[in-house]
Amino acid sequence: MSSVTLSSVPRFTRGYRLQHDTVRQQWIIQAPERALIADPIAATILRYVDNTRSVDVIVDALCQSFDASRETITHDVLALLSELVEKGILRL
Amino acid sequence: MTTPITPPPMSLLAELTHRCPLACPYCSNPLELERKNQELDTQTWKRVLDQAAEMGVLQVHFSGGEPMARPDLMELITYARQLNLYTNLITSGVMINDKTMKALDVSGLDHIQLSFQDVDVAEADRLSGYKNVQPRKLNAARLIKDAEIPLTLNFVLQKNNIDRMPEMFALARHLGAQRIEMAHTQYYGWALKNRLALLPTPQQLERANAYVAAESDKGGLAIDYVTPDYYADRPKPCMGGWGQRFVNISPSGRVLPCHAAETIPDMTFDTVREHSLHDIWFHSESFNRFRGTDWMPEPCASCDHKKTDWGGCRCQALALTGRAEATDPICSLSSFRHLVDTAINEAHASPQHDFQYRR
Repeated sequence: MSSVTLSSVPRFTRGYRLQHDTVRQQWIIQAPERALIADPIAATILRYVDNTRSVDVIVDALCQSFDASRETITHDVLALLSELVEKGILRL
Repeated sequence: MTTPITPPPMSLLAELTHRCPLACPYCSNPLELERKNQELDTQTWKRVLDQAAEMGVLQVHFSGGEPMARPDLMELITYARQLNLYTNLITSGVMINDKTMKALDVSGLDHIQLSFQDVDVAEADRLSGYKNVQPRKLNAARLIKDAEIPLTLNFVLQKNNIDRMPEMFALARHLGAQRIEMAHTQYYGWALKNRLALLPTPQQLERANAYVAAESDKGGLAIDYVTPDYYADRPKPCMGGWGQRFVNISPSGRVLPCHAAETIPDMTFDTVREHSLHDIWFHSESFNRFRGTDWMPEPCASCDHKKTDWGGCRCQALALTGRAEATDPICSLSSFRHLVDTAINEAHASPQHDFQYRR
């Protein structure tokens, strides 16, 4: 399995998607026969995952909105995306 | 004491029809099957899906019977997807071919759960009551894989197939399934009728647990293992608690807390023809009767586990003790536990039994 780099373009595997649960006021990842709760930071990152944006572009966008160093944001984004690729929830 | 707030349901089991080409002796449908002329029409199902999404249901499981026996299945999947509901199809696979697979794919279906009776071809025919069932299922699995729709295989475990569990896991990997549901038979309805022919021995159960542990160690295949409660000391938290997370709608539109709830004789279930799903979930007598913990008798009422297992299964309490409000007799604290142990011994002493098929 290839690892996530700045030039990777992630997308959700079929059968998984990010969704805002308007009734319970939380973000979830819909998955086969279960729903996983996405914490606010994960949801913020995953909202940019659209099979078009590269990791680099996602980091750019987050840098505009958050008061944290590019290094920290890059680290957090790569950690989350790698974990979800590992679990098969995202693909590159 | 504060009154707990009832949460909305997470998932909806939409039993579109009880019709099915198969006749499995452990079918979860009721003994009294609903007929085609009683089934809800397309427009009513769409209205129910609207109401479900609005309430906060996240996932819809289209089931049956065989849901593919409904010609409007694809239309309902498409509609549910437009409402942002997660769509799961629970099917035997015997009606999946190139044409229907294409239509399922186009409808935006999120996931398929494909049932298998066994890996042994002759035994699969015997269990399903359907000739040459296995090649059709294998073909369905191949078409699902080609369409890249995520696949879960489902095996119902019972004494005739438990010893082939390693081959079941191998089949799941070979077919490219992401998940496998290994579900020990739950003894209600048809399965209760066939209990002597299905209930495994304690030795088989030990082997089953070992097969699951060994396969989990390999990784790469998610295993959903449903343990057999007859061999447990504590009851399962049936449906995550009565009216807590799950709602079931029968083909004719009756709204149920679980698919076996209609066995409870003095309970009436409202239908979506006459009431909204919202009203039935929050306000109907049937959903409130066993909701929470206030209804519980002893030994549940003063038990530390009452919010873990919610008193177990009402339908099992009814089926074995004659009283739906009794503690689930699976529990070692139940005064009826001996009924479960007697059933185990009887099944043990009865090596071969004919099935009573679901018809």
